[in-house]
Amino acid sequence: MSEQQAVSAESAKSYLQIDRLTKKFGDFTALDEVSLEVYEGEFICFLGPSGCGKTTFLRAIAGLDIQNSGTVSQAGKDISALPPSERDFGIVFQSYALFPNLTCERNIGFGLENQKANKADIAKRVAELLEMVGLPDQGKKYPAQLSGGQQQRIALVRALATSPGLLLLDEPLSALDAKVRTYLRHEMKLLQRRLGVTTVMVTHDQEEALTMADRIVVMNQGVIEQIGTPIEIYREPSTLFVADFVGAMNQIEGKASSNNSVKVGDTTFTSREHNLQTDSPVIVAIRPEDIVPHREGTSSQGVFETGDTENIFDAAVEDMEFLGSFWRVSLNNSDFGDAVLIADMSINAVRHMTVEIGKTISVEFQSDQLRVFPPNTNTV
Amino acid sequence: MSNTAEMPVTDSAPVIRPKTSKDDRTMIGFMLVIGLYLIVALAFPLYAMLSKSFSTYSFDLNNFEFQVDKGAGWSDPVTAQALNEDLQVVKLEELATSSDGRLAATVFFPDFSFRSTTKYRLRQIRAESSFLVGSTRIADTEWHEFESNKFRRIVLRPSSATGLDNFRVYFSTPALFRSIENSLFIATLSTIITVCLAFGFAYALNRSKMRFKGLFRLIAMAPILVPSLLPGIALVYLFGNQGMIKGLLFGESIYGPIGIVIGSVFFTFPHALIIITTALAISDSRLYEAAVSLRASRWKTFWTVTIPGARYGLISAAFVVFNLVITDFGLPKVIGGQYNMLAVDIYKQVIGQQNFEMGAVVSVVLLIPALFAFSIDRYVQKRQVAQLSARSVPFEAKPHKRFDLICLSYCVVVGIFIVGLIAICQYAALIKFWPYQLSLSLVNYDFNVMDGGGWASYSHSIQLGIYTAIAGTIIVFAGAYVVEKTNGFFATRSAFQFLAMMPMAIPGLVLGLAYIFFFNDPANPLNGLYATMGILVVCTVTHFYTVSHLTAVTALKQMDREFEAVASSLKQPFYRLVSSVTVPVCLPAILDISIYLFVNAMTTVSAVIFLYSPDTTLAAIAVLNMDDAGDVAPAAAMGMMIFYTNVVARLIHLFLSRNLLLKTQAWRLR
Ligand SMILES: Nc1ncnc2c1ncn2[C@@H]1O[C@H](COP(=O)(O)OP(=O)(O)O)[C@@H](O)[C@H]1O
Ligand SMILES: [Mg+2]
Repeated sequence: MSEQQAVSAESAKSYLQIDRLTKKFGDFTALDEVSLEVYEGEFICFLGPSGCGKTTFLRAIAGLDIQNSGTVSQAGKDISALPPSERDFGIVFQSYALFPNLTCERNIGFGLENQKANKADIAKRVAELLEMVGLPDQGKKYPAQLSGGQQQRIALVRALATSPGLLLLDEPLSALDAKVRTYLRHEMKLLQRRLGVTTVMVTHDQEEALTMADRIVVMNQGVIEQIGTPIEIYREPSTLFVADFVGAMNQIEGKASSNNSVKVGDTTFTSREHNLQTDSPVIVAIRPEDIVPHREGTSSQGVFETGDTENIFDAAVEDMEFLGSFWRVSLNNSDFGDAVLIADMSINAVRHMTVEIGKTISVEFQSDQLRVFPPNTNTV
Repeated sequence: MSNTAEMPVTDSAPVIRPKTSKDDRTMIGFMLVIGLYLIVALAFPLYAMLSKSFSTYSFDLNNFEFQVDKGAGWSDPVTAQALNEDLQVVKLEELATSSDGRLAATVFFPDFSFRSTTKYRLRQIRAESSFLVGSTRIADTEWHEFESNKFRRIVLRPSSATGLDNFRVYFSTPALFRSIENSLFIATLSTIITVCLAFGFAYALNRSKMRFKGLFRLIAMAPILVPSLLPGIALVYLFGNQGMIKGLLFGESIYGPIGIVIGSVFFTFPHALIIITTALAISDSRLYEAAVSLRASRWKTFWTVTIPGARYGLISAAFVVFNLVITDFGLPKVIGGQYNMLAVDIYKQVIGQQNFEMGAVVSVVLLIPALFAFSIDRYVQKRQVAQLSARSVPFEAKPHKRFDLICLSYCVVVGIFIVGLIAICQYAALIKFWPYQLSLSLVNYDFNVMDGGGWASYSHSIQLGIYTAIAGTIIVFAGAYVVEKTNGFFATRSAFQFLAMMPMAIPGLVLGLAYIFFFNDPANPLNGLYATMGILVVCTVTHFYTVSHLTAVTALKQMDREFEAVASSLKQPFYRLVSSVTVPVCLPAILDISIYLFVNAMTTVSAVIFLYSPDTTLAAIAVLNMDDAGDVAPAAAMGMMIFYTNVVARLIHLFLSRNLLLKTQAWRLR
């Protein structure tokens, strides 16, 4: 995430404007008045659970399944009603849809062949494209003779061959195994940045979205829940759905007691500002890494030291799981009912505090990371 | 650009009416053209036939008025009805007639003499019927004047009405409606025998390690290559009045149910075998492993695993065979003797008695079981497809000496039955004059001296085969492509699908008769097609449309759904995609469709029997006509010509599949 170079709204030109798009399949509303603005050169990810309408959204932008209402403008031109052949985009599908009977070269050259270009120019461009994705000598092979990852890259350059203004990707990595996926994630991102092509990618994999996107559009049941940079989505989820869907999140039921505090059982926590009615039921949400072991007055590695005693309570360590770079600790406090809290603690902190199964330790909820949401039935 | 620009500014987002692309419009154009083809070649003719079956014709005597001038001026007008009341020359039951009915005007004038100087006037009161002067039709309501010499050539024509009278007549004529029972009986019996035999055969091929499987597969497919009436001819040689092994029937006659059933088993066997083999091939080996691990006996495994696994295949095969038998016409015509069946009745009514209305009625009656069998088959096939996708591990047989030997013996017996009947035909064709002159000769191949059109019919058949294969493959593939690959237009596509499935339910004879009603109507602008090779091609393509369509759809379904989307994103017209990807990838299916159409065009009798003309006689029909005329040996010879032609066609198909596909399908080899 360190290499985020979010194209900010102020500095970049708006390239794609989507205004109140609605798509229905019979009585079922797959997209409900979604609006979005995409900037030139930006990498956007549509993220959401399966069936939430991501593909539908992408296909509407492509003109493959045109929306019932709402407009799409690309590069200043209203393309809302245009068929795909009159729009300017390249697309990669989950299946890649490579033509099985054509060699990779001919697949890539398919879109170039009747643009009055001569054969030599086409061959040159194809070779250049193959080079670009590191497959310079695979051009004569048929798609079935390549590995999944190679096929994916052929599909990608086929879509890029005609230098479209917009690249659309529908779960382009989901058919691959984990290792290839991680590698290609990186490669694709570099390529996209190098070419500067405005890109919209659909994925249900949050890790993919967080690592690749400049901005993420989190979708749920046909509506957009939140649009923001990966950091914003992760740190500042605007709804419980987003908080729950992206990253791990502890959820505790409580009651709002003022505009910045919540009561859970007998404990009162200080939280961020929220405008929920006092005494209304709420969900307190905190990420595992924001639950830190606490020891008063001491300051050393990974242990949080605060002067005040806010948001500090005792909890029993039920279980510990070593995940390589950190410990995942399951905590229990009778105040929170049966709910088990998950805390991710650094190796140093665990050693320092001698956290062990069966022991009761003191932990702190960092108040600036403690978020409060109204209870939501629409969780995953 | 788009119509959204003119939308008034409101709070709600503008409704979008998608603009169609050139490709969309071309595709819709294609769909309309092929849909129109199916409507003209299927829906309209069937409608014409249905309405024919409800059309009744009778002479309306009240509608004709006469005046007579015997030299003393014109008498008062008097209706034929009034004249008949006095004379009683036409009885009440004689008033009902067919569309061809004619009634001489002179019957109402007992003193008529064509030499007299009496003059007659005649008119219709309402323009509902007509009368003929010689062959000139007069349908107006004017008075027409005739000399007596002319008047003798006047005939009255019936007026038509709609009603159930034809059906009433049908069901009150035992000779006619008894055929229903006969047809059901023969079809049921043949179905049971064929399905059992084919199941055994498929089981042996699928579950044993016996030798010569390939050879037996080939033999089992042979009946597809000959007209359905060929086994009839072989049976005549074996068990007929002068049959070689007549004694085996213990005095029973082969002409009748026995012959029809044996012949039906022969020609339906491959159809049942294909379906059952598929069903057995998809059953899951994991179930067998489970059965083995539970130490279930072979017998128990058979009843608890094999049969339930293949049940959809068995049911489907049963209904397909039933349909083939009940709608077949050639076989019972050749070997049925006096045993009436529905399909033969249609032929007799139309060709023998020129009673087209009754032919239409029998057709409607025949359509009912055919439609029923068809819908059950479709339903079952759908279930089987679902089963297919859920299953995976194919069964691999293990050698088992005794079992393999039993399987082999069984296949040998069935193989002898099939090869035997074909061989008998070839033998019959080469014998000079059975049973008196047993020397071999080629005289029976001198078709030009016999009825049936001679060698010309053979070359017409090849023409029909080639035209049908080419035109049919193009129409079918284009049709399947547009229904599979267009988006939206749900209703149009469903209607198209429905029309494409229909032909399978329509017996060939019924389709042919429907074509007479539709295309032979002088008012039809397509009337010029009648009695040409064109109508034979149209009828044959339509008759065999469904299976071809399903083959094409299956092949197209295996293509990635997004090819069209990719091509349009790359700004390539769909025909470029079709020519460089879709057609090459589907080439195996395309070749299968064309060989299927060719072979069937060579062997079909029922679809074309009403439609051929002296200029377009066909080989399979020549077989029927020569047999009818008593030239049984030449009929056998012509039948064998069809067989060999189809064998050659199949070999060419095999050769093409091997070589052409090696080139275009290189990508299949990893
Ligand atoms: N052609 C269609 N007809 C009917 N329903 C559809 C169609 N395409 C998608 N849907 C429905 O719309 C919803 C969103 O689908 P989709 O956009 O494919 O989801 P995803 O977010 O997984 O890509 C799903 O509930 C799906 O069942
Ligand atoms: Mg999707």
